[in-house]
Amino acid sequence: MPTPNLQPDEKSASFWQDAWHRLWKNKLAIFGLLVVIVLSLLCFLAAPLCHFVIGFSYQQQNLTLGPVGPNHTHWLGTDPLGRDLLARLLYGGQISLMIGLLATVVSLVIGVTYGAVSGFAGGKVDMVLMRSVDILYALPYTIFVILLTVFFGQNIILLFVAIGAVQWLTMARIVRGQVMAIKQQEFVEAARALGLRRRRILFRHILPNLLGPIIVFATLTLPEVMLLEAFLSFLGLGVQAPHSSWGVLIKEGAEMMEEYPWLLTYPAVAMALTLFSLNFLGDGLRDALDVRGSKD
Amino acid sequence: MPLLTVNNLQTAFHTRAGVIRAVQDVSFHIERGETLGIVGESGSGKSVTCYSIMGLLPQPPGRIEAGQAIFDGADLLALSQKELNKYRGLRISMIFQDPMTSLNPYLRIGAQLIEPLLIHEKIDRAAAHRRALDMLAEVGIPDPGHRMRMYPHEFSGGMRQRVMIAMALITKPDLLIADEPTTALDVTVQAQILDLMKKMRKELGMAILLISHDLGVVSGFCDRVMVMYAGRVMESARTGDLFYETKHPYTRALQKSIPALQVKGRELYTIAGAPPDLLRPLPGCPFAPRCDYVIDACAQGEIAELEVAPAHGSACLRVQREKLTL
Repeated sequence: MPTPNLQPDEKSASFWQDAWHRLWKNKLAIFGLLVVIVLSLLCFLAAPLCHFVIGFSYQQQNLTLGPVGPNHTHWLGTDPLGRDLLARLLYGGQISLMIGLLATVVSLVIGVTYGAVSGFAGGKVDMVLMRSVDILYALPYTIFVILLTVFFGQNIILLFVAIGAVQWLTMARIVRGQVMAIKQQEFVEAARALGLRRRRILFRHILPNLLGPIIVFATLTLPEVMLLEAFLSFLGLGVQAPHSSWGVLIKEGAEMMEEYPWLLTYPAVAMALTLFSLNFLGDGLRDALDVRGSKD
Repeated sequence: MPLLTVNNLQTAFHTRAGVIRAVQDVSFHIERGETLGIVGESGSGKSVTCYSIMGLLPQPPGRIEAGQAIFDGADLLALSQKELNKYRGLRISMIFQDPMTSLNPYLRIGAQLIEPLLIHEKIDRAAAHRRALDMLAEVGIPDPGHRMRMYPHEFSGGMRQRVMIAMALITKPDLLIADEPTTALDVTVQAQILDLMKKMRKELGMAILLISHDLGVVSGFCDRVMVMYAGRVMESARTGDLFYETKHPYTRALQKSIPALQVKGRELYTIAGAPPDLLRPLPGCPFAPRCDYVIDACAQGEIAELEVAPAHGSACLRVQREKLTL
């Protein structure tokens, strides 16, 4: 936790320290950050946790036991095959969060590059690039993903790529707009007057100024992608058994929610908590990274 | 041979509303180590002139229609952006009007200062850093080592302009173009920045092209002054001659508008009318509709700037023909 700088000759606060300071004041965002960190830790430590703490693996069946509600041995209950829900939830979270992260990174890389080039070049290049985005936008992306999974079979890696490849469109638009705005600013002109090459101006002077919007949009893309994965899994196009994801668990739970409500409740709570936290965090980051809101 | 010679520069903006002739037939030169001031009101084409020379004009809508800008033997207007980059920031530097926006808010001062060195000279980071430190101290920033690590928002307006000057001069350019460098600053800081520029001019011996709308600033700073109006040169002369041997009614009117010259209690002098619409240029002298000395011939045909006294050019028809004294 940063302490307020009172000594006059203290090292001056960097941009990031400042941003962190502002984020810290936003309790909701910090709460979101903590929840995300704790949940991710739990999910990615699923293997040791299952082995030492829970005592069941995610695929270990117990057909004689069948579905039981939360109790001392199975903290969150079991599914009809007698598999421990907590273990499945943790492993499923691993896959959900991974899809979220990877697809976000994919969409980030494509979207930022595409949008930055389009906005910076301007004119006809921009026109052609953005009209193609418009066309892709017009395609119903669920059909696109369904087609991809039908053609290439059901493969988790492919799912990441497919989701990322449809998610970059919005990113490209946002980045393009921001680049166009920043390109007009005087410091870019000053950089040109210093004899800097275009590429250097774009990557060193313009893109860092976009860090705020990009990070914020990434934190907002993450839950969106996770929702999309849940949706695809819900349709039976996503992750296949015995693996699970939160989407799969919710789907299975929804089918049996009248008999075994815990099968729906816990995955849904985990998913909702994550989505809320990421949204809070995204909002907080947007405020914290806005330089204009700071000292000027 | 002059360091920079601009011949018959014509720049226009092709907008949807029509063609705006922002700079028409502007010629001037700057000798090595000389300071030339360009004075004019907003929209008179003084900034566009400099942007054209530096290749910074947004194209489209801007277009350089004719002219040359010979800098040390090379025509800057004929160079590609890539070739221009060998001049910009190395031999010609520029400082801008608003120091609040001309520094990148996300980069540390130090990183921005050494950038021109890193791209133009074969120099390693440590050496560049040392030169940046010296330069910051030179422009009067206390504790430069500490300041190098700070971000622009931690600097005041005057200090940012000092940083801009340091950045422009770090490569020891031959020519510094200063586009209203003191306009955005308050008066005491203005004086400090002008003093700093005088000091740097003395130390580095570079030529300066100072754009200003402040006759006071120009009179104290420049060797020669060029007065522009509606994209044209009205008068150009050595500073003393321009003020004491004025050869154009517009220059005279500008001088009369300076509040300090008025008797206390009297109404301030203003030039009647408004600057012409550059979308619909009138034939003849653009100042004719507002001029106290106008005759019929003023509104007919092109009036070029002619030498009416040694090293003193004027675009006033009556001064040229009748030796009118103002």
